[in-house]
Amino acid sequence: MIVADPKPFGQVKGYLENFERILIVGCGACTTVCLAGGEAEVRLLASGMRIAFGRDGQSKTILEDCVQRQCDVEFVLPVLSRVDNEKIDAVVTIACGVGVNFLADRLGKTPVFPGLNTTFYGAGMEPGLWAEMCAGCGECMTALTGGICPVARCSKHLLNGPCGGSEKGKCEVDPANIDCVWQLIYDRLKRLGRLDDLQNIIAPKDWRTAADGGVRRTIREHLYKLR
Amino acid sequence: MSDKSVMKSGSNLERVLTSGHFAVTCECGPPKGADVEHLQKKIELIRGCVDAANVTDNQTAVVRMSSIAAGAIMVRSGVEPVMQMVTRDRNRIAAQSDIFGAYALGIRNMLCLTGDHQIFGNHPMAKNVFDLDSIQLLDVVRTIRDKGTVNCGDPVEGGIRMFLGAAANPFADPFEFRVIRLAKKIRAGADFIQTQCIYDMGRFREFMKMACDMGLDGQCYILAGLTPLKSAGMAAYMNKNVSGISVPDEIINRIRGVPKGNQAEEGINILLEQIGQVREIRGVAGVHIMAIEWEERIREITERAGFLPRP
Repeated sequence: MIVADPKPFGQVKGYLENFERILIVGCGACTTVCLAGGEAEVRLLASGMRIAFGRDGQSKTILEDCVQRQCDVEFVLPVLSRVDNEKIDAVVTIACGVGVNFLADRLGKTPVFPGLNTTFYGAGMEPGLWAEMCAGCGECMTALTGGICPVARCSKHLLNGPCGGSEKGKCEVDPANIDCVWQLIYDRLKRLGRLDDLQNIIAPKDWRTAADGGVRRTIREHLYKLR
Repeated sequence: MSDKSVMKSGSNLERVLTSGHFAVTCECGPPKGADVEHLQKKIELIRGCVDAANVTDNQTAVVRMSSIAAGAIMVRSGVEPVMQMVTRDRNRIAAQSDIFGAYALGIRNMLCLTGDHQIFGNHPMAKNVFDLDSIQLLDVVRTIRDKGTVNCGDPVEGGIRMFLGAAANPFADPFEFRVIRLAKKIRAGADFIQTQCIYDMGRFREFMKMACDMGLDGQCYILAGLTPLKSAGMAAYMNKNVSGISVPDEIINRIRGVPKGNQAEEGINILLEQIGQVREIRGVAGVHIMAIEWEERIREITERAGFLPRP
């Protein structure tokens, strides 16, 4: 899933100073799961804005919405209609950055502001804790590394083993919070009886499949040709 | 080191090592600016004391004069540099371009490193590159040198000759992987190795035994890295804060045991003992003395160690 964190309240409030009718839109997918941008967070952010602007002596209309997914047209269409019909003059989305872009591409003259900082592709490790697991590089190489990704989980994206900053299983960049992924890979390959794999030199990665190759898109022909 | 009779670079360091001498290198950190005079002073301090001096590449991710420029100034001054190059700040395009430039300016030794993460430096907000890791960089330079092609396969105009080095840290984890990593670096093209600073001599001996058991000492020259401790404070700091370095209590206590004014002397005494110890270890082909911002003691250290005059 995509993980995101709420932007500081004051920053989001700052975006909205000059607008009167504001719609805050949540997303029922990833940002709901990571407790940053679902229905509950929409209500919380909207109430906060009402209180904060009220204190400033400003009476703004803060409206709320939450759709199943902000990254699919069918779910976003009702939001677009609402912006038109209810004369909304600014939208705050607390979906990931995909939602922000997807709305901005479709919202004509109505500005859209991000309520979240989108951080990474990760997994829920324990209640309230998410960690980065994938970098979306477009050429998965985890078959070589016991299923554990050094591109996403090594602070230097090293492909040929741990640097000198690996100590007691931790990464020197932040020993309290970051495991040395190469220690994890080493331990896993050892358990799998594949330690010899680590002797292979992994060639420089072809980054064309990653964001470095330009903006990416995917086509499923069987569906796409039905247009 | 596949064929000792054929010089890969013609550098002084290569000549010293291939002719069987015990090599001595040190470190010469470029200034945090364009202060050439400061660099020249450091160069004079080490002149004649070492076979080559490493020019660090924005070490600990603190911005300094480039190792290529500082290396070229050393070449001009008649002291041989080992140009360090990290992959943190340059992709394969910039790296290869810089290697051509360095060679054109007379640099004949280089040390291929991944580099410290920028979080430790003075621009922790910077974007890092790490398009290559140190092992891949070694292979890239070796391919330019031996096959005459850049990474994509295009031919290089005019050859380059470069003596290729890499780092090894016997003190980082997982320990059993450290010698495998060393072997990978050698297979990727390392002609010589400089190790991280050694304080835990027992662990270094164990590492060297593993390396020799794999025959790695016959495939590459291994220089033992040593850093003199200036004070008990520095010893404790390095032990606590520098990842992959452990300074045994015995050493910290020994320095702590002498008055503050004599701690630097004690640090140098310890270094000289360490030099004696590493010389006895099978497979050690030289020492790399990293006297951090202490170049003024290099002459005394090398003199007292019996390294002078250099071959």
